[in-house]
Amino acid sequence: MKLNALVAAMAITLAAAASAQVANTGAVKIGFITDMSSLYADIDGPAGGEMIKWAVADFGGKVLGRPIEVLTADHQNKADVASSKAREWMDKDNLAMLVGGTSSGTALAMAKVAAEKKRPFISIGAGSARLTNEDCTAYTVHYAYDTVALAKVAGSALVKAGNKNWFFLTADYAFGYSLEGDASAVVKANGGTVAGAVRHPLNASDFSSFLLQAQSSKAQILGLANAGGDFTNAMKAAKEFGINKTMKIAGLLVFINDVHSLGLANTEGLQLADSWYWNQDDASRAFAKRFFDKYKRQPSSLQAADYSAATTYLKAVQAAGTTDGDKVMETLKATPSNDFYTKGKIRADGRMIHDMYLFEVKSAKESTGPWDYYKLVSKVPGDQAFTTVADSKCSLLKK
Amino acid sequence: MTKAAKLIRVTYLGLLILALIAPMLGLYPVFVMKLLCFALFACAFNLLLGFTGLLSFGHAAFFGSAAYVTGWLIKSQHFTPELGLLAGALASGLIGLVVGAVAIRRQGIYFAMITLAIAQMVYFVCLQVPFTGGEDGLQGVPRGALFGLISLESDTAMYYLVVAIFVASFLAITRIVSSPFGQVLKMIRENEPRAISLGYQVDRYKLLAFVLSAALAGLAGSLKTLVMGFATLSDVHWSMSGEVILMTLLGGVGTFFGPAFGAGIVIALQNMLADKVGSWVTVIIGVIFVLCVLAFRKGIVGELQAYLRRRQR
Repeated sequence: MKLNALVAAMAITLAAAASAQVANTGAVKIGFITDMSSLYADIDGPAGGEMIKWAVADFGGKVLGRPIEVLTADHQNKADVASSKAREWMDKDNLAMLVGGTSSGTALAMAKVAAEKKRPFISIGAGSARLTNEDCTAYTVHYAYDTVALAKVAGSALVKAGNKNWFFLTADYAFGYSLEGDASAVVKANGGTVAGAVRHPLNASDFSSFLLQAQSSKAQILGLANAGGDFTNAMKAAKEFGINKTMKIAGLLVFINDVHSLGLANTEGLQLADSWYWNQDDASRAFAKRFFDKYKRQPSSLQAADYSAATTYLKAVQAAGTTDGDKVMETLKATPSNDFYTKGKIRADGRMIHDMYLFEVKSAKESTGPWDYYKLVSKVPGDQAFTTVADSKCSLLKK
Repeated sequence: MTKAAKLIRVTYLGLLILALIAPMLGLYPVFVMKLLCFALFACAFNLLLGFTGLLSFGHAAFFGSAAYVTGWLIKSQHFTPELGLLAGALASGLIGLVVGAVAIRRQGIYFAMITLAIAQMVYFVCLQVPFTGGEDGLQGVPRGALFGLISLESDTAMYYLVVAIFVASFLAITRIVSSPFGQVLKMIRENEPRAISLGYQVDRYKLLAFVLSAALAGLAGSLKTLVMGFATLSDVHWSMSGEVILMTLLGGVGTFFGPAFGAGIVIALQNMLADKVGSWVTVIIGVIFVLCVLAFRKGIVGELQAYLRRRQR
């Protein structure tokens, strides 16, 4: 009993010591935590992490004379995993900045840790507008899109096209609630009605019972307030049940990877909102070509945003002359950014205000080949697409 | 025997000193705190499996519900940490009383199935009731100040509180097991009909053991919420119940220190491997578990004990 307990203690110490890495080697560390293996891995995932590494390499690999290091981790869409990893990096590795990937639950958790530790947190893949509204912090930047923008751009276009009576199929977590709530508000503001909503678990395997509820609602349009694998599975299941014959199905958050996996035959005519499309201009095409050469697919808007956000951050560090969280945030919010992804400005609440686009999916006839999927319907200026200062509950905005 | 007892005492003293100086050795305190929380959870589970012979497959329900109760009380009702911890342990003890009262009516696999079934119900409740935050979990629970005086915001202060609670609970468990009450529990484990024939009300003993185990598991969950600042569905998920069984079996079921040791191995492995092999962690831990069951059934500490006993002979 005595010896074994001692051995046990030693083993625990050694195991713990092995996991404790030496902190602060002088490198500026950027962390990236996203879904690397599950339903959102295609739209962001490992390729998103690679984009941050590209941004670092293109920046010269150094900032303020210090080397830059990129850490990546998989949060498996669990808020607890994301939050403890973020805390560990900030405590042990002296992480300078954190990029948050997909899944709003994890992003809200990481934003709290980042605010506590006073480190900049740039959320890209997460949609919930809460990040810069009721849950805003002085250290959060919401870079790519949010649920308000999706609702205002895609939702209002659909309502104006005559789809007045909605039913929602919602992913049962922060992102789904925000999207459903924001879309309902837009539908009602445009004179539509919401017949109801049903919630499905994240990464659901079987949509049948939810879809039957949707069908019995007799609503005109089924709004899918989910994303990634959930969106494509719901679309496929809806088709199998023949729901697309009685109801019109609208995806509220659709990425190009989803269109690719569903095929044009299933998505033709779908109107969607996004922050970027690979074929929108020369600079974007150049970036997309580089991505395509490596991955044999086109980048999603999130992957482009990962690259852009990392570059924007590094420029801010360069300009501020420090990695100190408060000073970098000040510089970030004072400097408009201008690159292939975005021409925009970060507002005081952390919301990146930039143009959003309404696209329509081409028909198979119009498309010239794989990945030639979108045609631009309209461009919505940032101050109209996102939460207005007057509507915001964020205390950082002076009114 | 006195010599052996003396050595045990020296070993535990050594362990305690090690725990006290761990942050100075450059160990990441949050990691050690998490490890201690799970060690306490496994020790509480072992009270039931190792010393009473009851295999509960639903201990995550106690761990997780206490985590939520503590998180909610501290965050929304502004409880002080010590009251939050106490309320969490009390709540899980009460749930344990209800679950135990139903489950101890059956034995073996049926007992395990009842605990699993009720734990799944608790999971569903935690998913649906508004205050738990559903899939997002309860986030941003402040650590607050102990007794309203000592701020726990610094990891060092929090660390010593966790060590103190772990040591106190560990001593409590050894005390429970060595008491006459603990002897009766062991008798029930070895031969229940015999215990009945000797006139013991075994159901009462089993129920009390169940409640104590649930309350201590709850304390571990509450402590984890306080340390990490969140309570999420992972805490109540059935895989957490499986994990604690794994920790206990790996370390050594029915030994005092085995479960804590097993928890250390599992948590350290998860922590070290998560970035490198991703979801393969589950496979690796599974393989270790199979090896443990096939090659050293008594668990690591259990086998070491048996080895030392053989050498003494």
